[in-house]
Amino acid sequence: MVNEDALFWSRILTETTLSFHIIYATIGVGVPLMIMIAQWIGIKKNDEHYILLARRWTRGFVITVAVGVVTGTAIGLQLSLLWPNFMELAGNVIALPLFMETFAFFFEAIFLGIYLYTWDKFEDQRKHLLLLIPVAIGAAFSAVFITMVNAFMNAPQGFDIVNGELINVNPIIAMFNPAMPTKVAHVVVTAFMTAAFLLASIAAFRLLKGSNHVYHKKALFLTMKLGLIFSIATAVIGDFSGKYLAEYQPEKLAAAEWHFESEENAPLILYGVLDNGEVKYAIKVPFALSVLAHNDPTAEVIGLDQFPEDEIPPLYIHYLFDIMVTIGMWMVLLSFVYWIGMKRGWPIVHSRWFRWLIVLGGPLSIIAIEAGWWLAEVGRQPWVLRGLMRTADAATSSNHVDLMLMLFAGLYIILGIGTIVVLSRMFRRNPVEKELDDLENEKGGVRT
Amino acid sequence: MNLEIVGITVLWTFLFGYVIVASIDFGAGFFNAYSVFTNKQHILTKIIQRYLSPVWEVTNVFLVFFFVGIIGFFPKTAFYYGTTLLVPASIAIILLAIRGSYYAFETYGTKGHKGYSFMYGLSGLFIPASLSIVLTISEGGFVSLVNGHPVLDYWALFTSPLTWSIVVLSLTSVLYISAVFLTWYANKANDSAATNLMRKYALIWALPTIVTAGGIIFELSMHNKEHFERIMSFWWLFGLSFLLFIGTIWLIWKRRNYGLAFGLLAGQFALAFYGYGVSHYPYLLYPHLTIYDSFTNQAMAISLIVAFIAGLGLLIPSLYLLLRLFLFNKDYVKGKTKNHP
Repeated sequence: MVNEDALFWSRILTETTLSFHIIYATIGVGVPLMIMIAQWIGIKKNDEHYILLARRWTRGFVITVAVGVVTGTAIGLQLSLLWPNFMELAGNVIALPLFMETFAFFFEAIFLGIYLYTWDKFEDQRKHLLLLIPVAIGAAFSAVFITMVNAFMNAPQGFDIVNGELINVNPIIAMFNPAMPTKVAHVVVTAFMTAAFLLASIAAFRLLKGSNHVYHKKALFLTMKLGLIFSIATAVIGDFSGKYLAEYQPEKLAAAEWHFESEENAPLILYGVLDNGEVKYAIKVPFALSVLAHNDPTAEVIGLDQFPEDEIPPLYIHYLFDIMVTIGMWMVLLSFVYWIGMKRGWPIVHSRWFRWLIVLGGPLSIIAIEAGWWLAEVGRQPWVLRGLMRTADAATSSNHVDLMLMLFAGLYIILGIGTIVVLSRMFRRNPVEKELDDLENEKGGVRT
Repeated sequence: MNLEIVGITVLWTFLFGYVIVASIDFGAGFFNAYSVFTNKQHILTKIIQRYLSPVWEVTNVFLVFFFVGIIGFFPKTAFYYGTTLLVPASIAIILLAIRGSYYAFETYGTKGHKGYSFMYGLSGLFIPASLSIVLTISEGGFVSLVNGHPVLDYWALFTSPLTWSIVVLSLTSVLYISAVFLTWYANKANDSAATNLMRKYALIWALPTIVTAGGIIFELSMHNKEHFERIMSFWWLFGLSFLLFIGTIWLIWKRRNYGLAFGLLAGQFALAFYGYGVSHYPYLLYPHLTIYDSFTNQAMAISLIVAFIAGLGLLIPSLYLLLRLFLFNKDYVKGKTKNHP
């Protein structure tokens, strides 16, 4: 018995929660590394601007962590509340990384608390750096473990089903499934990239809004450089992900590429619209899909004709693919131009319009994250466990999901507005110039 | 001892950890709001903030750990409890979310909004109430299988005296645990005004806690005979628990050794909590689900236990460091070190 309404609302509620949570989760994974790097550079260069940078980022980070924690708790419980049949099966096979994720999170929570409340305790800045390392490691590893669970949903393995019974379970093989390497790498590195570009857009915004302090210039240069590194890494791993899909999950790649018939020398379709099964206004890059899939311009790429109709994901995921890739490429270009421009002394990188482009980069990266996740998740439909359990068979039979959706949507609106209000107030009331002055005064120095 | 027992003991221990730390947290929020309301804020707020700030995130992890662990060790609970708990658990999540985020917004962002304190205090009372529903449901009689799907009978649940006794117990014990802890903490900070106030609250909430706890055993004798009889066979655990309760009250009454008083309280709740847990054996959801028919496969159970031991190896030293730096650090407790980020 499938309760159609409950299925529909469960999907919407899960999507709403995850879409909201990943904004905070991405910040939560990426920003600790940036804080750690800033602290490290501050020690290396003996420059207190970077130490202050680390602290101010942390102060904002705490607010996003709080929302990340509570929405993470929400999705953690919702998995069992909305998808009881899925969790019953998955619990048998994939509980290990789920369990380890809470350890990583625990570890991070403890050291973040310690770092925050020992601000002025040690003279030696290296001790503060030591406290930041477990925070960054815990944050990255919680992403690693939870992405393993998601990778398992795309490539379930590590067990056999004989006459409807689950036997020969091997949790380690389930964790190290074929989807795991590319998924985990892509998730972690895009989180670093997004965090870098978000922090860059804050620095650029402050520079545009009157403050011409060297502090913001240092912050901008550091974050853009990190952004460049991580966005290039993202592109490389993205290419690996394409090859993974061609090998193990061809229907997702084919749907994302509107690749209807299996053929050799397959072209890559960029943009365009789908009108009654016909692709219009698209840019066709010859051989590119074969190269993306198999590193060989003449290789055959499996098309959607190889799959029964009820196993094909929705075709709108092509637009999500376009959004994700376009933003990714754009950010590589933007940060590269900025970096070269700074090296060569090009005046355009200091122009207002270029800084506005950098400001835009942060939100764009978040959009790319959302589009990428929707692509990955919708591209797995109709399966919740690919090839094994359909989403329709996993949902709850409860009749109250629509009501819960309204409650949670209200919650997320409140939390979203709250974050923006609190963060902007926090930094507007205590600009960096004021804080640097305070630091000078505390040391008994002359007021500048 | 078989793996099923190891699994449920691990989980029960984490749940106990959550009950204690969350009670302190929830109760502290309530006392703080109450002190704002009665203009005694200057006495309590600083003490409460100083304790809560570095640990609020850790508190939450105990809960996450429990519900992730129970799916891991006992996957079938996802099927039974997942379906039936949609509404009460969702309400608890929403309250926890509001509470956690507003705490951070308040402490690290903007300060001093009265409305927040009230919301924070009130939500702390509703959360234990909504979470304790699980305990009622586990006693059986509220869930029936319709076409192979578990369905919760809300009407029976809300009209059962057992439900309300458990809700009242969760509220009184939250306030009692929190008051005893904060008496100790305030005393360590040499804050006599806060100590006296919290001592008064501790004494006020002691009686209702023990009365409702006894009442529930009586309710059970009518609701679930089998469970009641098993509780009776462990009568000495509950008797010992009661003696520890008397010890706590005596120490607090005599204004001495608050640290030991809190230790006795932890012992009292531990005995009652484990006694209740043991007497519930072997059922996770009476009579549908036992720990044996819901237990995960051997390979998963062993790897979970290995992960658990490795995780503890990491956590216990870190937790110890956290406690050393804040809870047991005289300068921090007294507010001598700066405690703002």
